[in-house]
Formats: sequence, C-alpha cells, structure tokens
Amino acid sequence: MKALVGFWVSHGQELATLVAEHVLLVVISTTAAVAIGVPLAIFATRRPRLAAPLVGVANIVQTIPSLAMFGFLLPIPLIGGVGARAALTVLVLYGLLPIVRSTIVGITSIDESIRLAGVAMGMTPGELLRQIELPLALPSIVAGIRVAAVVAVGSATIAAAIGAGGLGQYIYRGLSMVDSTVILAGAIPAALLALIVDGGLLWLERRLAARRRTGSRRAALAVAASFALAVLAGSAVLALRAPGAIVVGSKNFTEQLILGEIVAQTIERETGLPVERRLNLGGTLICDRALLTGDIDVYVEYTGTALTAIFHQPAAKDPEAVIGTVRDLYADSGRTLLAPLGYDNTFAILVRGADARARGLRTIDDVAKIAPQWRAGFGYEFLERPDGYPGLAKTYGLMFRSPPQVMDLTLSYRALASGQVDLIAGDATAGLIKGLDLVRLEDNRRYFPPYDAVPIARASTLLRYPNVQDALEGLSGRISAGDMQEMNHAADVQHENPADIARRFLDRAR
Amino acid sequence: MEGVEFRHVSYGLAGRPAILDDISLTVGAAQTLVLVGSSGAGKTTVLKLVNRLLLPADGEVRVQGRDTRDWDPIRLRRSVGYVIQEVGLFPHLSVAGNIALVPRLERWPGDQIDARVRQLLELIGLEPDSYASRWPDELSGGQRQRVGVARALAADPPVLLMDEPFGALDPITRRQLQREFRRIQARVEKCVILVTHDMAEALALGDRIGVMEGGRLIWVGTPQQIVESDDARVRALLESVLPLSRSGSA
Repeated sequence: MKALVGFWVSHGQELATLVAEHVLLVVISTTAAVAIGVPLAIFATRRPRLAAPLVGVANIVQTIPSLAMFGFLLPIPLIGGVGARAALTVLVLYGLLPIVRSTIVGITSIDESIRLAGVAMGMTPGELLRQIELPLALPSIVAGIRVAAVVAVGSATIAAAIGAGGLGQYIYRGLSMVDSTVILAGAIPAALLALIVDGGLLWLERRLAARRRTGSRRAALAVAASFALAVLAGSAVLALRAPGAIVVGSKNFTEQLILGEIVAQTIERETGLPVERRLNLGGTLICDRALLTGDIDVYVEYTGTALTAIFHQPAAKDPEAVIGTVRDLYADSGRTLLAPLGYDNTFAILVRGADARARGLRTIDDVAKIAPQWRAGFGYEFLERPDGYPGLAKTYGLMFRSPPQVMDLTLSYRALASGQVDLIAGDATAGLIKGLDLVRLEDNRRYFPPYDAVPIARASTLLRYPNVQDALEGLSGRISAGDMQEMNHAADVQHENPADIARRFLDRAR
Repeated sequence: MEGVEFRHVSYGLAGRPAILDDISLTVGAAQTLVLVGSSGAGKTTVLKLVNRLLLPADGEVRVQGRDTRDWDPIRLRRSVGYVIQEVGLFPHLSVAGNIALVPRLERWPGDQIDARVRQLLELIGLEPDSYASRWPDELSGGQRQRVGVARALAADPPVLLMDEPFGALDPITRRQLQREFRRIQARVEKCVILVTHDMAEALALGDRIGVMEGGRLIWVGTPQQIVESDDARVRALLESVLPLSRSGSA
C-alpha cells in the first residue's frame, strides 16, 4: 500500500496524463457511439423488421474479445492500425449495442395512446420524435449510455496494448515487469473511474426518470453536460502533448521498455526533435504492423525473431548472414535496419550458481553428462519453437530425469533458484540472472541462432530526418549484454523506472 | 360547406369484412352529432376518417368542404381537435405544456399562448394559477379528461372529435362534465362528433344522434325523434336507458 502511494506520488504527472487519456478515450468513444447508435435505433424503430437483425449484429460485435478486435483492425487503414484511432473504433463498436438496445426499448415502450395523441394533433414525424418520443425515451437512453461508458472504461485499459495510452499502460507495464504495485497503480484508478462514471450517470438517469419537474430535468442535463465538458476540456489539455515528430515503439517486456526509452532519449538529445512514445505495444506482430503503417517510426527488434517470426524464414546460425538477410527483407517493405546495438538476447541455458561452482559447469556439454539426474523447466514457447528444446536436446544429446516441466517464463527463474527445477532456458539479458545468482552455460556448439538487438526504422522517416539515423547509428555496439542485464536488473529487481534507467545509461555512456 | 360530410364512405382492409359500410352523414358548423352503438360498431373509425388517420376505401370525407384526400394531413389535423379515449396526456409536459402544444407547433407568440392556456383552463373549470404548472399524474381522472378537452380546443379548431371523452369516469363526475360540455359547446360553437356507447349521454349531448351497428349507420335523428322512433333496434337501445333519460328530462 505504501509502495503504491509512493508510486503515485512519484509519477503524479504521468498518472494525471494517463487518467486524462483514459477519460478522453471513454468520453470521445461514448459520444461517437451515441451519435451513431441513437439515430440507428430510431431508424430501427421506424423499420421494425430491421430492429432484430441490427441488435443481433451489435450483439455479435460485443462478443468479440477486444484483443482479437484490435488484431482484425491492424491492417485496416483510417479506422485501424495502432494508436488512439484504432482504440476509439473498438470502443465505439462496443458502445453501440447497449445504446441501440436501450434507445429502441425506450421508444417502443411509449404508450400507444400518447403517440396517437401526438399524431392526431398534427405533429410531423420529426416533431413527434423530438418533442415526445426522445424526451420520454431519455431515461432509458441514458441507462444505455451508462452501460456503454462503463464498458468503455474497462475496454480502454486493453487499448494500451496498441499504444492508445490510458491507465492500461500501467497495467501492461506492471504485467511485463511482474510488478503488482504498477499493475494496481493502473487498475485502481481505472476501477474508480468506472465507479464514478457509473454513479454519475445513474444519478442523471434517476433525475430524468423522475420527470416531475421539467426545471430539474433541465438542470440535471445542464449539470451533466457542463461537467462532461469540463472533464473533456481538462483531459484534452492534459492529454494533448506536442505531437511528436518521431514516434518510438516497443514491445511489452522490461528490456523493450528500457530500449524504447534509450532510443527515444537518444533522438531527443541528439536531434532536439519532439518524440512521442508508444511503448508497451502488445507483441512482435503489432510492432511490425505499426512500423509498416507508419503508426510508429522506429522500434528495436531482434534479428532472429525478425527472421523467423516476421519473415518466416528458416533459422540460420551466422549472425552476419542473418543481419544481411533481414536487412534485405526489411528494405523490400520500405524499412531500414540500423546498426546493431551490440548484444545478442539469445536463449540462455541457466543453472544455479552454487551447482555451477560445485561441479565446475561451464558449457551445455558439461551439463549433458549429469542431466539424467536433473529436472528441467521451460516456457511454453521454448518447448514449441523450431529453435527451442527439441533441437537443443538433439544437438547436445540431452536427457533429463523426467520430461521438462512447462512453466511461465518469468516464474521459471524463481523455480530454478528455489530448487524446484535444476535447469531452465531464460533470456540471456534477464535481470533476474544476476539477482538470483544464476549462471549461464555457454552454447559451445552454437545451437541458438543470433538475436542481435537492432533498431528498425521507416526509410521515409530517415529520409526526412537524416539526423535521426545519425543519432541511432551512434548507439552502434554501445550496449553490451552485461549492460542490458544490469538495466533489466535495475527494473525487475530494484523496481526502477525504465526512463530513469535509460537516462542514467546514456549519461554514463556519453 | 362548413363542418363535416361523409358521402357513401366505406372502409375496410382488403380481404376482411368491411369495418364501415356506405356511411353518409352531415354535421353542420355549430352542431353536435353523437354516434352511439356497441363496441366494434365502427364509431372510432368514423372519427379517424375525419382527421385522416385513415383514408376511406370508397366514397369521400369532406372537412370544411374539402375532401380529406386533398388536405395536407398535418394542416388538417391541426384544424381538427381530437379528444382520445385514453386521454393521452404527455407525461413529461405540465398541464399548461399539454394544452399549449398545438399553438406552439403553430408558432404562436408566447404571451398569446399563455393567455390562451389561462382562458381554456377557466373554460374547463380548472383554476389557472393552481393547475397550469401541475403534472398529468397529479390530476384526477376527471381533471385529466378536462385537460384533454382543453388541449383539443387550444388552437380553436373548427372541428372537434371526441372519442368516449367521459368514458372512464364515475357517474357523478360524468354528469358534471356532460353539463360543462353543453355549456362550453354553447360558447365555442364547434362542429363536434362525439362517440359514446351510452344512450343517455347521447340524448343529453347530441343535437342529432346517429345509431351505428356492424359498420352501418342505421338511424339518424334528433333526440326527440329517436325517443319517438318505432325502429326495433333503436327501441332496444333506448330500453336500457329510458328511465334515466326520463328522470333527466323531468
């Protein structure tokens, strides 16, 4: 609890910005959903045959998991891609169902004699709608808006996966750093926001339903509208940062957050250009798409991952050859592979430091001899990948006491340290290697392909800002595996802020 | 001519028995015609043909001398006040708001609307200062019916249609409202078509009475003529209320 409050205090400015972004996402998407949903529902009440299919479609949209929806939208121009625009599209789609449904219910449940009276008095369809139907349906419509807005507060946290900002950023950052304080730092304000939105709109709904005094209805609407406007304006001021000339992305784990900051700060320092950060994007595919569509300008990828996961080429062993192949493939799609940063984030076969020292283990060959008495634990991905366990076992003739245990990659470090397993495959640069006194065995038969960390940028951006290329080439070979491990350690074990870690590194390396 | 005229009007949906069959009638500018008959006789349909909520399948309905087919429906309905059976007051508008609705649609100046609302509230016997700002759900059934009548009269339409306007009221309130209706009609002189299933009401309010049965107008005449009629179907209708009407006229 103390840690949480401390985090909020030290990140006050950032927290305010994230809350503002979150509110903006919710308000804008809900407003748009009302602007689309209410007319759609009115149309449906005029064409009763359309009402059921319309609600059906909205229902189906509602059941698509939001991450899948972001995935569908990635390749779509204008409404898709990465960033706030795509997030708004998804949030609007989610908001439509409750609003359409409640508007239809609100209008169709008006007593027939009231509608007849209106028609018989010579009201035009428009007058009937504006003066009779909408005012009487208003409490029901507001109930729908309330549901839509609360759903939007929740869904907006997921939007951080595609770089839309908002409180989800803390949740994702916390998840990737396995730091529950950071998760709560985002989750608690998001939950509070949902409660406030729910309570506020419920108040409005009750005031409107109590249709006793037109005066108080108007007052309630006025209060709600001016409050919403004030929140909107405030959020806009907070969230609208200077548009960055260069957008830096990163994937969603600790090392990537630090690398994203290093790249961003390097550009800021060397070129003075404004930089926008879209860190913590939800994985390799999203980063790749974002770079392709121009939603981001640069991020750090690993050569082996680019080769196998992005371009679906067979794994290769020679680092220079891999860099060459990947450079050509990127160039074909208008992207430039810059200079490698200097370290290789390969898989590391890890054992406890005590075991390594007692038995004199240095290489994987050394451990192959005693492996039949040992237990191994691997992440799911490592067991499956073409460059993972099956090939490793074959190359070194590895045989364990029992089939390797499947476990979460992050948890496997602690499982090894606490003696539940005796050998794991981790990331070479993981901060926990140092923190938990683990020892990496040498891949003496060079089984693993190279995973050189290297910034990839859009060629068009580099053409426009040649000094960005110069600045990033300046990072060439500057980060050693030891440096990276140390920085990961600072983030994962000492819970330091990635931006501070990056700043310290750049200051020292200067 | 002023008023309402039906010329050989039939109405029905294709493939179903006719709802109205060859109706002809005339209601003069300051006359009250009461249509009486059992439910399903087609009385409400006659009203809906007047303000073009329905169009005749055959024949023609003339309002103010013009065929309803030639009227702009919106203009027609604003010239024809309609008091519906369920009253249908708008729950989100005050009493004044309900009465002022058509004048507002017609964009009368604000002070003229206020004056008209006061005038109508006085006409229907509700004290303007205490009733104008009330809400429909704060009124008794009888008060709601009165407001419904005031609303229909608001833009001073030459024609007034009333569908069972006193239907859901207790006998005492009903008598009282009937008396007030006669008083009001004497002052406003509208062409009124009033629908009821109550012969006593018909005798009390009508300048002329039309008896409907199974979609046909089987008999039309003054209250005097109807009391003296020897048509068996009319006599049957009269039998049920005769003692009442006698005590009423005594």
